Amino acid sequence: MITITEQKPLEQILQYLEKCRRVYLIGCGTCATMLHTGGKSEVLGMKDKLEAAGKKVTGWMVIPTACDELTRVALGENAKDIEAADCILVMACAFGVQTVTLYANKPAYPALNTLFIGKEERPAYFTEICLQCGECVLGQYAGICPMTQCAKGLLNGPCGGSKNGKCEQEPEHDCAWILIYERLKKLGELDKMKEFVPPKDYSKMKRPRHTEVARL
Amino acid sequence: MSLKPVLDTGKFVVTAEVGPLKGTDTTDIEEIAELLRGRVDATNVTDQQSSVMRLGSLATCHLLKERGLDPVFQLTCRDRNRLALQSDLLSAYVLGIENVLAITGDLPSLGDHPQAKPVYDLDSVQLLWVISRLNEGYDMAGNELKGKPSFFPGAVVNPGADTEAAFELQLIKMEKKIAAGARFFQTQAVYDVDAFAKFMKRVEGFRVPVLAGIIPLKSVGMARFMNKKVAGVFVPEELISKMAAAEDKARTGIEIAANLIKQLRGMCHGVHIMAIGWEKKVPELLDAAGL
Repeated sequence: MITITEQKPLEQILQYLEKCRRVYLIGCGTCATMLHTGGKSEVLGMKDKLEAAGKKVTGWMVIPTACDELTRVALGENAKDIEAADCILVMACAFGVQTVTLYANKPAYPALNTLFIGKEERPAYFTEICLQCGECVLGQYAGICPMTQCAKGLLNGPCGGSKNGKCEQEPEHDCAWILIYERLKKLGELDKMKEFVPPKDYSKMKRPRHTEVARL
Repeated sequence: MSLKPVLDTGKFVVTAEVGPLKGTDTTDIEEIAELLRGRVDATNVTDQQSSVMRLGSLATCHLLKERGLDPVFQLTCRDRNRLALQSDLLSAYVLGIENVLAITGDLPSLGDHPQAKPVYDLDSVQLLWVISRLNEGYDMAGNELKGKPSFFPGAVVNPGADTEAAFELQLIKMEKKIAAGARFFQTQAVYDVDAFAKFMKRVEGFRVPVLAGIIPLKSVGMARFMNKKVAGVFVPEELISKMAAAEDKARTGIEIAANLIKQLRGMCHGVHIMAIGWEKKVPELLDAAGL
């Protein structure tokens, strides 16, 4: 699973940086590089844009995986340039921004919006794979998730809104229920479609979410 | 006249939809109530149809009830979580509202507040199950109610689903709705009588009354728009040509609808008229249909 991001409008980024004259830039070598939102070329592109807007970029780096512990080390190695900046602009997912926030003594601002956790369905086209509902339902639906694939997240079958097998909201998107139906039929499990699925336990999604695992 | 006893008698039932407007002016609702009283068995009030923010279904049902009509409270899962759904149901019942139409609800993204957070805590099948639980005297958490309602729950089905899979899925879902407590159905608008006859043949064994949806055509543009955009609605070219050739489009639209009702009479248990702004023409339509 990769974290799908998009770049925020420059206007919004400049609003964050209104009081910062000197900026340090951080990109991420993993998901944001794949998405072309926070890899090396985007970081350099951002550097140009900020400089054109009258900012001074004190330095930049692309951390291999901005969300992991090594971010602390990377920040330490570049302490001088970071110290010279008024703030840090992070071109990584929300996890990357939070990791930088944790280890840096400067305000860290997001340059990206984190959209969803997804997969690359075809080149340059990403779709959501899981919304982490905390109660996996894939077993009921032949491995196709109605929580993410159905616009309404229904559990007992489709609404009346599909047209030519496509979703009413996303005309490019197959109706999840038709996919589920076809696959259950192929597997000889169509009876599953007829079972009443009781209301979902949304307390599994109550926030702040946390869990503790057994230590070995 | 009210819905349940009339359905029980086997008489051909007529319900009409009333769509509340945006704002607090209820003059139209009052006028419509006067025109429909005695002419229809129930009036069905939409719940912020098409996800366009309007006066509520519950309050409008109450106004209609006060004016001697039997309201059907449309309740969608779009805007309310399970607490609000159950509470609104109890509120409706103490106001004398017994008929509830349980629906999932249109997507907020297609309405006039597309930034709204969609709820869909329950789906329509689960909502019907909850209504049945309330009727038994319990909320969905299993807590006992002090004073229980006696709702007459209904649901919707789309008889014109356009692919084999979509059609089969509608039938499967319809059976699930019946098992969860649905006692009557109303359908998406019907223009293709042959297709509807095939649908009725398939649901014959379900033994639950079906009210066919009727939307009077207002223009050629409207017919074409529905064919292109509205799932499950198919206006045959013959009807579109009739509208195109008509001098008095309103009259022709009403005549077509009346003719449809006449053809549907032997096929299903009633009709549900969705006039969409033409509520005041419903008596004229019923006259033309001989009802």
